[in-house]
Amino acid sequence: MYQGRPWTMRQFSGFATPEQTNERYHYLLDQGQTGLSVAFDLPTLMGVDADHASAEGEVGKCGVAISSLEDMETLFRGIPLADVTVSMTINSPAPVLFAMYLAVAEQQGAGWEKLSGTLQNDILKEYIAQKEYLYPPRPSMRLATDVIEYATRRAPRFNPISISGYHIREAGSTAVQELAFTLRAGIEYVEWTLERGLDVDSFAGRLSFFFNAHNDFFEEIAKYRAARRMWATIMKDRFGARQERSWKLRFHTQTAGCSLSWQQPYNNVMRTAIQAMAGVLGGTQSLHTNSLDEAYALPSEHAVTLALRTQQVIALETGVTAAADPLGGSYYLEWLTAEVERRAYDYMREIDEMGGMIPAIERGFPQKEIAEASFEYQRQLERREEIIVGVNQFESEKAEAIDLLEIDESSGSKQRDKLAGLRRRRDNARVKTALDRLRRAAESSENTMPHILNAVKAYATVGEICGAFQEVFGCWQEKTVL
Amino acid sequence: MANPIRVLVAKPGLDGHDRGAKIIARALRDAGMEVIYSGLRQTPEMIVDAALDEDVQVIGLSILSGAHNAIVPRVMDLIRQKGMEDVMVVVGGIIPDEDAEELKRNGVAAVFQPGASLEQIVKYLRSEVKQPA
Repeated sequence: MYQGRPWTMRQFSGFATPEQTNERYHYLLDQGQTGLSVAFDLPTLMGVDADHASAEGEVGKCGVAISSLEDMETLFRGIPLADVTVSMTINSPAPVLFAMYLAVAEQQGAGWEKLSGTLQNDILKEYIAQKEYLYPPRPSMRLATDVIEYATRRAPRFNPISISGYHIREAGSTAVQELAFTLRAGIEYVEWTLERGLDVDSFAGRLSFFFNAHNDFFEEIAKYRAARRMWATIMKDRFGARQERSWKLRFHTQTAGCSLSWQQPYNNVMRTAIQAMAGVLGGTQSLHTNSLDEAYALPSEHAVTLALRTQQVIALETGVTAAADPLGGSYYLEWLTAEVERRAYDYMREIDEMGGMIPAIERGFPQKEIAEASFEYQRQLERREEIIVGVNQFESEKAEAIDLLEIDESSGSKQRDKLAGLRRRRDNARVKTALDRLRRAAESSENTMPHILNAVKAYATVGEICGAFQEVFGCWQEKTVL
Repeated sequence: MANPIRVLVAKPGLDGHDRGAKIIARALRDAGMEVIYSGLRQTPEMIVDAALDEDVQVIGLSILSGAHNAIVPRVMDLIRQKGMEDVMVVVGGIIPDEDAEELKRNGVAAVFQPGASLEQIVKYLRSEVKQPA
C-alpha cells in the first residue's frame, strides 16, 4: 500500500507567535515532513482573542496564537497552499479558522478546488473527552455540518472533518471505547449531513478519521483493521453508499501522548517508535510521532527532528511498506480484530438505543465509561499490574536534564500589540455590518460559512465571531461525571 | 473522630484536560476526604470564592497548560487578601522544576509533577493537613 506513496509525515506543530511557528513549519518541511499540521493555543481553541482577560498567561503556550486573518497570513507566509496539504486541529472555532485558511489561499491565488488538507471540526468528541466546547451540542453540530456542506461544494479535495478517537483515548478510554465512540460519532455526522439533502456519495469520501496509537501493539493494529471493516459495512448497509471511495475509512494517527513519561524521558523515543510502527502496520494514511519531551513542554527543535526521523527510519529502512495489511491472516490478529469489532458494535448498539450520540452525551454515558476506564488504569498502575518503565519499575534516582522549548509571556504582549493595531486600522463599520449579518445567519437556517468568510475578510477576530455565535447559541456547561 | 479533610479540586484557566483532576478528586473521596470538584474554566477569583464558601482546608490546582506562572500567583494573592493563609494550596500538573521552586517560595505547599502517585498525594494531605475538630 505504501509502495506507491508512503503515509504523510505530518507533525502537529505550533507555538508562540505566527512568525515563530512559520519558521518551525519551514524547518520541518526542509527536514522531510510531507504535510503541515497546525496546533493552536488555548485562547484560539476556545474562541477568545489574545487580548481577552481569560487569555492572560495562555497566549502561545499550547500552540500558535491566531486571532485574525492577519495572523493566518503570517502563519502561512512562503507556504503555497495549492501545493502543501494542511491539517488544522480546531473544533468549536473550526468554521472561523477554515474561513481564514480559505481567505489566505485566495490571496495566494490558489483555487479552492485545488486545496487539500483536513479540518478537525469534530465537536462531539469535545463533549465526550477534550472539553473544548463553546455552544450547546445542536447548534455546534449545525456549524460543523455547515462546514461539511460548504466544503463539499467549494473545496471538494479538502477533508472537512477528522472524526477523532485520539482525544477519547487520551482521556483514558480503552481501545474498544475509542473505536466505538469515534465510529458512532461518525454516524451522527453522516446523518446530520444527509439532512441537508446531500447524497451520501457526494461527501462520504471526504470524511476522515483520527486514531491514537497506544502501547498495546497488536490491539492497536486490530483496532485500525476493525475500524476499516466496520465503517465500510456501515456506509454500505446503514447508509446505502454505492461508491467505493465512500466505504474507505482514511485516517491520521498520532502516537499516544498520555503514554509518555516525565521520568526517564529518553524511554519515550522507544515508545513512540513502537507505537508509530503499529500505526504503519495498521495502514494509516498520515502519522504524527510525539517528541521525547512530551510530558514537559511543546517539542524542542531537537526533539521534533528525532520524532520525524523515527518515521523516516520506519519508511525507508525497515521494509514494512512492502505489503498492504501485512498482518492480515495472522491467527492472532484476525481473532483480535473480530473481538475488538464485536465489543465496539456492542457499545454502538447501546448508543443507538439511547437515541444517538447527542442523547448519550447529554446523559453522560461516554464520559462515564471513560472516567471509569481512566480510574481503573490508574489503580492498575498503583498496584503495578500495569508497568511504565522508569515510573513504577526500574526507576532512577537521578533526573535526566533535557533542553526544553521555552515560551514566555512575550508572545502574549506581541499578539496584544498586533491586535491593538489591527483594531485601529481596520474598517470597524465593515466589521460591525459583517458581524450583524453573521448573527442573523446564525439565527436562521442559512449556511453560516459565507458570512464567516465575509467577517474574516473584514478582519473580524476569532473572539468577535465566536462571541457573536455565543450571543445566538448560548454556552454549554457540562455536568461533571467523576 | 476527626472531621474529614475538605478539599477543593480546581481547573483554573482555559484548559479542559481534566483526566488527572477527576482521578485525584475520586481518589481523595475514596480516601475519606470531602471533595468538591470545581469544574472547568475557573478563574482564580471563582476558585478562591468557592474555597471560602465551602470552607475547605486544601485547594488543589490542576494545571497542564503552561499558564501556571500567571494563574497560581493570582490565587496566592487572593488567598492572602482574604486572610485565608490557613488554607493549603497544592498544585499538580506540568510544572518544570524551577517554576515549582518559585511557586513554593510564593506559598504553595507542594507541587506534584507527572508520575506522582495517588498514594503519595493522599499520604501527603493526611500528614500535612491539620484536621478540623
